[in-house]
Amino acid sequence: MALLAFVITISLMLVVVIVVVYAERKVAAFMQDRLGPTEAGPYGTLQPLLDVLKLLQKEDIIPAAADKKLFAVAPILIFAAVFAGFAVIPLSPTLVPAGVGIGVFYLLAIISLDVIGLLMAGWGSNNKYAMLGAMRSVAQIVSYEIPAGLALLSVVMICQSLDFQEISYQQGVLMNAFPGLEQEQNWLFGIRSLGFETTTVGGLTTWNIFRAPVLLVAFIVYFIASLAECNRAPFDIPEAESELVAGFHVEYSGFRFATFFLAEYAMMVLVCLVAVILFLGSWNTPLPNIGPIALANWTTGAPGGIASVVWGGFWLISKTLVLLFVQLWARWTYPRLRVDQLMHLCWKVLTPISIGLVLLAGLWRLLMI
Amino acid sequence: MLFYLFAALATISGAYMVLTRNLLYAAFALLLTLLSIAGIFVMLFADFVAVVQLMVYVGGVLVLILFGIMLSTRVKDKSVMSQNVNKSWGSMVAGVVLVGLCYTILQTDYATLPWIEAASTDVLGEQKSTVQAIGVKLMTDVVLPFEIASLLLLIALMGSAYIATDKQTKL
Repeated sequence: MALLAFVITISLMLVVVIVVVYAERKVAAFMQDRLGPTEAGPYGTLQPLLDVLKLLQKEDIIPAAADKKLFAVAPILIFAAVFAGFAVIPLSPTLVPAGVGIGVFYLLAIISLDVIGLLMAGWGSNNKYAMLGAMRSVAQIVSYEIPAGLALLSVVMICQSLDFQEISYQQGVLMNAFPGLEQEQNWLFGIRSLGFETTTVGGLTTWNIFRAPVLLVAFIVYFIASLAECNRAPFDIPEAESELVAGFHVEYSGFRFATFFLAEYAMMVLVCLVAVILFLGSWNTPLPNIGPIALANWTTGAPGGIASVVWGGFWLISKTLVLLFVQLWARWTYPRLRVDQLMHLCWKVLTPISIGLVLLAGLWRLLMI
Repeated sequence: MLFYLFAALATISGAYMVLTRNLLYAAFALLLTLLSIAGIFVMLFADFVAVVQLMVYVGGVLVLILFGIMLSTRVKDKSVMSQNVNKSWGSMVAGVVLVGLCYTILQTDYATLPWIEAASTDVLGEQKSTVQAIGVKLMTDVVLPFEIASLLLLIALMGSAYIATDKQTKL
């Protein structure tokens, strides 16, 4: 089971990354009124595969003045840190690689390993641009971990659980099927006194952002912070092509660069998956049961059956792809922030908001029981 | 079996950290040590402690150490080397600690310890993690030390904010 989940996770991640790389080119081209790749395969769909092949054939250059050991270890460490995060992501009601009880906390901790890898790469390259890029990147990630962590904390306070799978079950019609949640009930907007029970309605009404509308703000805070955590535009000052060439990976080529590239896109996929699981109903369907028309039940499947695995995977991946599209959209719409603007946004805007959210989430929880 | 792997990793990287002269390599060896100790924590059913270890020491302390090393060195292409001072005192203290630990370990009769006997069964039982137990304990039995620790952290935060403020000199 664990091995199967490992294989599924890694192949799914690779497929999604390839799709995102292609989508990035096409979306960018669309936003800039260009065509993007058209030659390789139908509509240029083979372009990302060719990119990978080209990268793998390149010569692997290690600068003479580089710290060779650190230079070699850094890409592996970064990729391992990001991939370890996927271990706790539930893919469907029954399929989760490692169902640990403290998944959310583990994810926050394992992502911070990424920072060490960045520092290693920046230092090992022995290059001023790489060093500056690594410094900026680490300062940014360490700062934005705080609003992101507090936004996740408000979800944890609403859901009373650190387990991704339990949080997933809470956001759909299958809630009472999860061991320990048999007696739980969902109310519209989480307000019990409204008297409108949504436990069997499911769909959109039980997603976390509707179960407790304060989490809608938390979702936005988390999404902005997660953009910064994976060094995406408009927070891509660590890579800032126009000033730092390419930041911490400027000296890397060939396979090692491909690893960085893969880790960056895998990180994007990971933060979007986390956002979907914690805020947007995880693998649950968006369609509610309306009286006799049991849309939610039809598009969920019975837990344990093959239908539930397929539906769960389908909803999870499609929601993730929507969020990934928003990331690309933001990248090609907003200009890059300056370092001081970046820190201002993090410490003076997002952090106070998220601290307030934690308090509000605690109060909201009182309405729910 | 897994325990021996983690223990060996922790020991080797710890020894490397102490023996290497290059401060930066010592910091990265510390990373390996902390990771393998986190692994050992997991094997002792202390999942929360393991993750806290990763979060606080790897994500916080180690990054600060690396930042310190990287910002303060590498001006003239030379890594910082640590120096040996107080050789005799240092080895004496280490030796005393080693003898003391060995003595205690040899004195203990492991077969009769109750928690060793209980360890073969599932310690967590019904609960899936130790978080709930820790949370309840923090709010009941040990609430005073908990509050004192948080007060201390608040003071440290205010102090660091004060030190870091831009003191404006009167014109």
